Amino acid sequence: MRQTRIARNIWLGIENLLLHKLRSFLTMLGVVFGVGSVVAMLSVGEGASKEALEQIKKLGSNNIIISSMKSAEEEATSTQHSHMSIYGLTYDDFRRIATSFRSIRQAAPVKLTRKDSRLLQRVLELRIVGTTPEWFDLVPRELLAGRVLLQSDLAKQAPVAVLTEFGARRLLATESTIGQTVRFGTDQFEVVGIVRSESGQAGNIQIPDQDVDAYIPMEVARRYFGDIFTKRTSGGDEREKVELHQVIVRVDDPKKVEAVAGGIERMLEQFHKKKDYVVSVPLALLKQAEATKRTFNIVLGSIAGISLLVGGIGIMNIMLASVTERTREIGIRRAIGAKRRQIIYQFLIETVVLSTMGGIIGLGVGALIPFLITYFSGMVTVMTLKGILLPLLISMSIGILFGLYPAIHAAKVDPIVALRHE
Amino acid sequence: MNKQTLSTNHQEIIRLENAHKIYQMGTEQVKALAGIDVSFDKGSFWAIMGPSGSGKSTMMNILGCLDRLTSGSYYLDAKDVSRLDDDSLSEFRLRYLGFIFQSFNLIPQLTVQRNIELPLYYLGWDARRSAERAKELAEEVGLGDRLGHRPTELSGGQMQRVAIARALSNDPQVIFADEPTGNLDSATGEQILELLIKLNNLGKTIIIVTHEPAIAAHAQNRLHMLDGLIDRIEGKSDEAD
Repeated sequence: MRQTRIARNIWLGIENLLLHKLRSFLTMLGVVFGVGSVVAMLSVGEGASKEALEQIKKLGSNNIIISSMKSAEEEATSTQHSHMSIYGLTYDDFRRIATSFRSIRQAAPVKLTRKDSRLLQRVLELRIVGTTPEWFDLVPRELLAGRVLLQSDLAKQAPVAVLTEFGARRLLATESTIGQTVRFGTDQFEVVGIVRSESGQAGNIQIPDQDVDAYIPMEVARRYFGDIFTKRTSGGDEREKVELHQVIVRVDDPKKVEAVAGGIERMLEQFHKKKDYVVSVPLALLKQAEATKRTFNIVLGSIAGISLLVGGIGIMNIMLASVTERTREIGIRRAIGAKRRQIIYQFLIETVVLSTMGGIIGLGVGALIPFLITYFSGMVTVMTLKGILLPLLISMSIGILFGLYPAIHAAKVDPIVALRHE
Repeated sequence: MNKQTLSTNHQEIIRLENAHKIYQMGTEQVKALAGIDVSFDKGSFWAIMGPSGSGKSTMMNILGCLDRLTSGSYYLDAKDVSRLDDDSLSEFRLRYLGFIFQSFNLIPQLTVQRNIELPLYYLGWDARRSAERAKELAEEVGLGDRLGHRPTELSGGQMQRVAIARALSNDPQVIFADEPTGNLDSATGEQILELLIKLNNLGKTIIIVTHEPAIAAHAQNRLHMLDGLIDRIEGKSDEAD
């Protein structure tokens, strides 16, 4: 019975609002924009978090990626002829990092070189990644055919290669290609597997793998290709000596990632004269996402706050006018036997209906804003159930908050005076 | 027949004892009711008369539980209601009383059915039962085919019939009618009055406030007021007393 009474009150509220369509709509606008802003705010924030999480997943959530990087001074002198730049991570660095930290469970060294590769009659420049089987744990990708590198490949220094899906497709390698011979430069390798790959940036961190990778055992890469690389540039040959291009480690506890990264940084500082490395922490992307979220929250939050306040005051104003207009109705209801409380309920529900309808329209507007943000800035936005329910809850609360005063005002109407009211 | 047995039993529905209602108008005190003692029997038909300022409106508000006495007592169906709070007075209006006004006082945005149902809504009846009752009452006052109409689509006489149906929906003990024919032409007014007489014959206590002697003539008893006091009482009941 109580439910039907509330339902009837809601219906009565809707009918009264429909009686003054334009007025009701204009009154709702503030709430519409306020709720719209809240929806946009939540979906942008949610999108930023989701994007960051996806990126972190690609990078490895508990990973720390240490990359070799030509230092600024080296960059300046390397234009001279016959100069050889020596920089980056060393085999010793890898050993020290892998063994010194208790919370580092797995570590993979990475040695890179680019080679024209040939399978049957097809040629494609591949990035040859010398690494260990740990790589496939730290950069987990789906295995499409064959197998990944094994510890025994390392021990035997077997000339085997795992291709990535994209490179394999370009070289016309398929499942049947497993066991065939691929040439990297002049050296022959046996294709043992094909894995899927990611590529590109995640935040400001390079994703460890690329589409044109071929993975071979670390020791093989070192023996076949050495540590000295020659780059052909317009100014002549440029030579570099880099032992390791990357070291990827995994920390057992996400809470320790930052501390370990700091420890690695300090350790490397002691052994390197120049800053020729960079330590990246994928988990830090979450912090960036939080920062993005905060910026949007401040902007949209202020818009939402002001709109909701103004909207609420607008609703209060219109409801006060409505109470005056309907003084006689209130008098009739009171004379019939309605208690003050029931008059309060009636007007309160009417206000909540008004503000909630504003909220529902605002939800539509709010769904449009993230869509436009995504369209124009490419930022990921996500609508969640929470992102829908919270704004609705806010709009209802606005109705209660700003409807209470007019409703109490209505209940104070003296029925005797109200019945004589014209 | 019914009326006869009730009046002979002298069952009281309303009793005022030394009723005072004093308004403070600036520095001056206005005695709208200056000490009234009166009792109305169950099933009687009263007309309260008097010139404007005589206190008849105040009398109506007090008897209708819309206002409270400054001093004295008011017993409604043997219960003292003169010291009740606002909520309890509302409850009494809801359960014991029905109102009919000169200007009909229907709620314009509600349909005829919803207007009739209004007391039932506050009584907490469910929608189905309320609808049945509203239909019954509308048919009783001859408006069975107008349930879906808005009051603005009705004539004055029809609106007053709706108001009567509404006043009846909570099955009240007493029906108050404040100048019920004041806004109607005499033929329509006559019909409305006949309806009230019919209700009285069915056992409802009717209290009509009017300044028209022709209307008051239909009542069994006429209470004339002057300056907040009873001027005189005419009719059958003083013969019976």
